[in-house]
Amino acid sequence: MKPADFEFLASFLKSTSGLVIGPDKMYLVESRLMPIVRKRNLPGLPELVNALRIGKDVALTQDVMEAMTTNESFFFRDKTPFNNLRNEVLPKLLEARKNQRQLRIWSAAASTGQEPYTVAMVLKEMAATFQGWRTDIVGTDISREVLEKARAGMYSQFEVQRGLPIQMLVKYFKQIGEMWQGDSSLRAMVTLKEANLLTSFSGLGTFDIIFCRNVLIYFEQATKKDILERMAKQMPADGILFLGAAETVIGLTDALAPLKGLRGVYTKVSAESSMAKPSALASMPIKAAASR
Amino acid sequence: MKSCLVVDDSRVIRKVARQILEDLRFETFEAVDGQEALNICRNRMPDAILLDWNMPVMNGIDFLRQRRLEKGGSSPVVVFCTTENDIKHITEAIQAGANEYIMKPFDREIIETKFLEVGLV
Repeated sequence: MKPADFEFLASFLKSTSGLVIGPDKMYLVESRLMPIVRKRNLPGLPELVNALRIGKDVALTQDVMEAMTTNESFFFRDKTPFNNLRNEVLPKLLEARKNQRQLRIWSAAASTGQEPYTVAMVLKEMAATFQGWRTDIVGTDISREVLEKARAGMYSQFEVQRGLPIQMLVKYFKQIGEMWQGDSSLRAMVTLKEANLLTSFSGLGTFDIIFCRNVLIYFEQATKKDILERMAKQMPADGILFLGAAETVIGLTDALAPLKGLRGVYTKVSAESSMAKPSALASMPIKAAASR
Repeated sequence: MKSCLVVDDSRVIRKVARQILEDLRFETFEAVDGQEALNICRNRMPDAILLDWNMPVMNGIDFLRQRRLEKGGSSPVVVFCTTENDIKHITEAIQAGANEYIMKPFDREIIETKFLEVGLV
């Protein structure tokens, strides 16, 4: 790829989806965009870049954004966050919300749906505890194509074998030909919407728990800070944020702080006072403690 | 080092599975059918078994039922690995005491995540 073309693509992706692509990711750009070149019968990548430069082809713009932002997703990805959700975060919020009996959870990069459906399965496994509760799980993504797949809840044999315990497959999925589909009760628990994290998401409402895993890594510092702070605004004082294993709020914002003992789990700094309960979750946020 | 017995009548599958399991730091050994697997378990119990369904002499499900009846029947951890990919077979395997279930074709990642699921890696 010519340097000028790469520079154009890098700035195009930065402005449309906030992605920061360094020259070391050139192979990634090529491998993700070549399928579009072939689909559209273009002679090669330079022609695709030219068409983007002209900017008249909205569908092409959308296709390129989707190809670059779509990431492979797993059920119960990394396992630990969902153990923490079940064993620490939900018990605490069950207690804190026992009068409202309502819980809203946001999967902020839902991709093909594995994360919001995993959350739904965790709640279903605790069905007795949630009897009489209203639980909303909202999944959002920038890509229409992945959202369509997420809504169908239809997965290949390979996909359902990555991270999904076999008992869960049997319990919550139906076999349809070669594919496996989340059953209607599982799908009914999840609402999927198109949303770009770069633009306002205040219209989605407030969330007690936000999952925003393995997304921030693609953004530059200022964008990460902006997203995290806007997310904090969508959370009540004791709201919980899950980030990916390679991500943190430290050095980015003071609005959120890690929960001691739970890796990848964060809460609003102002939540400190309401966290004074004797559980792992109740430990004072490290950052808040240090700043006082 | 944990050990895994690979039970499959296909030499190619045994070889592929062994390669993956050895990369996951398992000591591996092989059996070509359920009967041979039973004999091996009686002499030296592995930590895990990767188990095919359709095999001559004794198939996987008969082996599993027999194994669970014998002394120390709760071990080892058994992961089915078969082309039988319908809900009926899967349910039957779980009821017979399978800990996990892999539908062929499998790849490295599937073996790894399934073994992780049952606490073997």
